[in-house]
Amino acid sequence: MAILGSNAASVEFVGVSKVYPGSKVPAVDNVSLHVETGKLVTLLGPSGCGKTTTLRMIAGLEFATSGKILIGGHDVTSIPATERDVSMVFQSYALFPHMTVRENVEYGLKFSGFPKKEIGERAMSGLSLVGLQDFGARLPSQLSGGQQQRVAVARALVLEPQVLLFDEPLSNLDAKLRRQVREDIRDIQTKLGLTVVYVTHDQEEALAVSDRIIVMKNAVIAQEGTPRELYDAPSSAFVADFIGEANLLDCEIESVKEGKAMVHLGPAKLCIPSRGMQAGPARLAVRPTRISIGKPGASNGIPAKLDRVIYVGKHLECFAETGIGRIFAICPDVDAPLKAGDEVSLIIPERGAVLVSS
Amino acid sequence: MRRLASTPSLHPAIVLWMMVGLAGFCLLPWYGIEDGFFNFEWLFDGYPFDEDYAPALFLLLQGKKPWLAPMGLALLLPLFLWKRRKNDPLFGTLLIWVGAAGLLWFFLQGFGISIRGWNFSFLNGLFGELGDRQFGMGYGAVLTGIAFLFLLTLGIAARGAVGGDVFVVSSVGLIIGLVGLFIFMPILKMLFTALITEEGGLSIVSFVGKFFSGRIWSLDCLVGGSRCGVAWNSLLLAAVVGVITTILGLVFALIATRTGMRFQRILRALTVLPVITPPFVIGLAIILLFGLSGAFTQAWAWVFDVQPTRWVYGLPGLLIAQTLAFTPIAFLVLIGVVEGVSPSMEEAAQTLRANRWQTFWTVSLPLMRPGLANAFLLGFIESMADFGNPLILGGNFDVLSTEIFFAIVGAQYDQAQAAVLAIALLIFTLSAFYAQRFWLGKKSYTTVAGKGDAGVHPPLPRALSIVIGSVAVFWIAVTVIVYVTIFYASFVKLWGVDDSLTLDHYVQAFAVGWNEFGLHWKGSAWDSFWTTLWIALVSAIPTALFGLLTAYLLVRQRFAGKNAFEFGTMLSFAIPGTVIGVSYVLAFNVPPIEITGTAIILILSFIFRNMPVGVRAGVASMSQLDSSLDESSLTLGANSFQTFVRVILPLLRPAILAALVYSFVRAMTAISAVIFLVSARYDLSTSYIVGRVENNEYGVAIAYATALIGVMLAVIGVMQLIVGRRDIGRRGHAGVQQVQVAGGG
Repeated sequence: MAILGSNAASVEFVGVSKVYPGSKVPAVDNVSLHVETGKLVTLLGPSGCGKTTTLRMIAGLEFATSGKILIGGHDVTSIPATERDVSMVFQSYALFPHMTVRENVEYGLKFSGFPKKEIGERAMSGLSLVGLQDFGARLPSQLSGGQQQRVAVARALVLEPQVLLFDEPLSNLDAKLRRQVREDIRDIQTKLGLTVVYVTHDQEEALAVSDRIIVMKNAVIAQEGTPRELYDAPSSAFVADFIGEANLLDCEIESVKEGKAMVHLGPAKLCIPSRGMQAGPARLAVRPTRISIGKPGASNGIPAKLDRVIYVGKHLECFAETGIGRIFAICPDVDAPLKAGDEVSLIIPERGAVLVSS
Repeated sequence: MRRLASTPSLHPAIVLWMMVGLAGFCLLPWYGIEDGFFNFEWLFDGYPFDEDYAPALFLLLQGKKPWLAPMGLALLLPLFLWKRRKNDPLFGTLLIWVGAAGLLWFFLQGFGISIRGWNFSFLNGLFGELGDRQFGMGYGAVLTGIAFLFLLTLGIAARGAVGGDVFVVSSVGLIIGLVGLFIFMPILKMLFTALITEEGGLSIVSFVGKFFSGRIWSLDCLVGGSRCGVAWNSLLLAAVVGVITTILGLVFALIATRTGMRFQRILRALTVLPVITPPFVIGLAIILLFGLSGAFTQAWAWVFDVQPTRWVYGLPGLLIAQTLAFTPIAFLVLIGVVEGVSPSMEEAAQTLRANRWQTFWTVSLPLMRPGLANAFLLGFIESMADFGNPLILGGNFDVLSTEIFFAIVGAQYDQAQAAVLAIALLIFTLSAFYAQRFWLGKKSYTTVAGKGDAGVHPPLPRALSIVIGSVAVFWIAVTVIVYVTIFYASFVKLWGVDDSLTLDHYVQAFAVGWNEFGLHWKGSAWDSFWTTLWIALVSAIPTALFGLLTAYLLVRQRFAGKNAFEFGTMLSFAIPGTVIGVSYVLAFNVPPIEITGTAIILILSFIFRNMPVGVRAGVASMSQLDSSLDESSLTLGANSFQTFVRVILPLLRPAILAALVYSFVRAMTAISAVIFLVSARYDLSTSYIVGRVENNEYGVAIAYATALIGVMLAVIGVMQLIVGRRDIGRRGHAGVQQVQVAGGG
């Protein structure tokens, strides 16, 4: 049986813009990015941010208005989808309803010049890779949603594309199945060493599967980095808020010395990385999980009054009114004796606060 | 980039089109064969040297028709692209030049040189008398022209149009070429003919004089004169018919969707009637009922002891006939509109304390307004274009469509007058078409938004349901009477005179006997019946194919000039059949396309008259296919042609069948265009029937018409069985199908 491998290659955008005909606003505005060979990179952002357009330009389903697109170092900017060595898994799976599962998987192989025997072998090994070797004779309509999705993956995989694209592949699956499928995708990707570009608007999904994440907003890249970098060190208020939740608080940088900033946050003082900011008013992003709730008057705490405490099972969600605005904190101890109206003090650790641009 | 096994020295598409072109130029007879397109006796009759059958190359070798030579040379030019890649700038540029120059020369020599040498007198002055002449184009010329067209589109694609997609660019080129040649060219030729004076010169003044003559525009009847101009007659009839059919259509649409009345199914069934009924049949029934010896007229005269009159001939009869004929069309349009009004809008109005009447008048009806205008314009166009009913029912009430016919067929044989009348008619229908597309197109209040409108339409106010219910019952009763009359009359010996029942008419038309050669089709109708059948069958295939291809381009592709492309392809909807008929006669009577009197001209007229049906069927069902299906095929390495053949066409099977059947049926029942185009050799059922009516042989005409309706009913019935019920409902089968396809399953 033929063993599937990969011809993974890198993807590079050089100043790519896309303006749809009849529209004045670009859908993608002067974007440059680089996807390394064998990595899984996620395009993440709210709807309408240009992530799907970016993906479709990699596929060759849309053409850049300006800029250059390189796959494996070759300029493919004006090459149509048919001639690019890129396959895509669609949100709707786009399985051909008039063909069996096996015919679906063999479809692309037929146009790739493989001998007949190898087409069958490759299709079978593709199907067994996704655990559907016994379903070849069925029609797509006879499969469950999760199985259809795996057929779509197998169909794209067997071509051993330079780049494999996923357009919100999990959005039609129920919540339990999503976790399973996204791990399967990640397993196959690492096993075969594929270059994968993955589009989603679900930040948790992005954090879980990606080597790197590219966050897009209003047709441009807002920030790019590993999941941990984006979560722990968001560069802007938008990224901080989009990936996980964050309290965005106004603060004052008193002084900057050797890359460290002395920050006044109400009565509290923090010494945190300055990230290139100068003294003056600034914004601080604080994750709710990082804030601890202490007795009133705790040292370096911010005095606060709880106005709502919600029990959600695995933790308590606390909303507190403070002199610097309303703060949302998560208390992991569900048995903590907190209730609305309590006077408390919020303690923000120095590792839990990040200066962001607004 | 996909790795290709090997790169051929010459692009395979170039090889293909060069071969096609050279085959046309060197192997096949360049000029049309007089014995007909499907007659191959020429192969054994002096080919390839006889001048009548010689390919262009052989003509040139014999020193004849030197003007054909440049095309042969142009066909060899792509050899310069040996070993050049598609992205080489020379590749595209050279092909564009070869294709464009080849096509240009092709048409210049075709239109420039005719049976009497130079076609235009100024060419005589320029080049001197031409001692030679040429006839209409044949197989060879057709292939050569096609080759130039596709070399041109290949070049345009290579320059990067539509993402360099050869199939899409070629398809666009093909459709533009066909529509240009067989819709725009004849119409232009007709406009040109309108400028010709009686002496043979060209004159705008004489055109203006004819166009604004009293015969067309006189308003005499308003000031006590005997008659008004035909244009006013047409306009009056069309406007009244438009209003009545719209109101009736709305009535039926409301009944079908907003009441629990029993006869919903009957109503839906009645919508197939106009499809299967030859347009003049209703007029015939009106004559049988209300004519001089009609059943009602006679009964009335007997009861009230008055002299029976010919009152029904003219405006009253036309109004009745056209209302009966076109109401189902308005119904089909309006049922979509009425269902399209989101129930949640109406539910919202009700929760805001509007009662049923207030909801209907303030919310439902205003939301339907664009749909109502649309139905009115369709009824208007249909009435304007109707030819069969005015022909047999018109009496002294002349309308444009029949005037055109009499101008060209009658004793006057005045082509220029026919063209002038056709222009007047065209102006009316095109204005309505334009209004429908551009004025209404932007004003759609479609409120179906996919999700979140799962409400129920409120029932109509009680009084209103009673009124529309009775209107519907009356209309259904009249329709049933009409069809029963037709059926019954086909067995009556001589209507109004001798009421005994007989099978004579059927025997006369459809008798079958035996003679020494076996089965003998003795009946007088068989000839035209078989001709109609095979011509309708042959034309159905290209109609469906071009229609679906056009639909694919419109729904799935983006290219420059797409709006104009859409307008052009749908335009033939608004061109009345009589206009098409006249323009075909004028345009295709002389070289380069000399096909009057052949079956080809009938087939072509059917293809281009019915193509919009195929386009609409294709657009409707293709919009239901998720576009990610073709996109995934493209990313899997299939090109757009392979995608069209392997993914789209198989999924469109029902639409293909529907388009085939409807174009077949429309071809069987058409009369307005073909009445100009039939010949002794190729007569069609409808024109045969009209001929019988004109000879007062009503019996045979009605028997034949009944048989046609029966055949059509059978064809539609079989199709419905195969495809399943045609569904207009929002929550019906169509929706389920859509979900299945979109869900990939």
